[in-house]
Amino acid sequence: MKTAVLVFPASNCDRDLAVAIRDVTGTDPVMVWHRETELPDGVDLVAIPGGFSYGDYLRSGAMAARSPVMQAVAKAAERGVPVLGVCNGFQVLTEAGLLPGALMRNAGLDFVCRTVALEVGNSQSLFTSRYAAGETIGIPVAHHDGNYVADEDTLDRLEGEGRVAFRYAEQVNGSARDIAGIVNASGNVLGLMPHPERAMERAHGNVDGRRLFEGLLEAVA
Amino acid sequence: MKTRIYVTLKSGVLDPQGKAIQHALDGLGFAGVEGVRQGKLIEIDHADNVSDDDLDQMCRKLLANTVIENYRIERG
Repeated sequence: MKTAVLVFPASNCDRDLAVAIRDVTGTDPVMVWHRETELPDGVDLVAIPGGFSYGDYLRSGAMAARSPVMQAVAKAAERGVPVLGVCNGFQVLTEAGLLPGALMRNAGLDFVCRTVALEVGNSQSLFTSRYAAGETIGIPVAHHDGNYVADEDTLDRLEGEGRVAFRYAEQVNGSARDIAGIVNASGNVLGLMPHPERAMERAHGNVDGRRLFEGLLEAVA
Repeated sequence: MKTRIYVTLKSGVLDPQGKAIQHALDGLGFAGVEGVRQGKLIEIDHADNVSDDDLDQMCRKLLANTVIENYRIERG
């Protein structure tokens, strides 16, 4: 199993994500600097970490989405390689056009940093196979720009096609239709604001994120 | 040559920051403020041979996120 974690200037959850992946696969992911133009050969999973890439300049994720490595990620996604974007990674994926919509400033304007209740919207995806549809789980969030926005047609399509992987089960940031995470039309790209890599072991106080990695890595093994 | 690019939120996209600014103006006692929308002004210094199309592409590819924003180019 070959996995890659992207690293941008001011990524700050890249190591957490690497630890979570290593924990489940037993192998270290390759850390890929944003200036690289290629991903490791035969990569089975690409993970885009949280953080504040490029200081959130212009728009969150905007600069990172135009960095050289993202061209390679777009090609890999097109080939069906699973891509997981967490928090800033979700913002990067929307800015890169690999997922629809955009993430705007939280409705309450506050940075929200706490464990929130999520409802699993669809347990059929690569990323959610270890959860039950409708199950409520707790996953930490830590973001300022997590307010998901898309036009009504896009929102209807996401819901109609079962592409809402996770919804907030409580008021968090004003996201349209309480969307916390979505997959692309082919189902191999997931973006979500909550941080499953921060809910991996007892010491984290919560292990609800672990099944996302276990299900995903089982699917690509 | 200097070109100004105005990036504004599309109508219908909620603007929590604009809302907060409006409340702050209310708090300062300014009456009659009916709405505030916050946008960006980007100034670009460029050579004369940068075309209108180049500027448009800059907006589409980076400066504006056309999912949520409109842009207006004011060529210098």
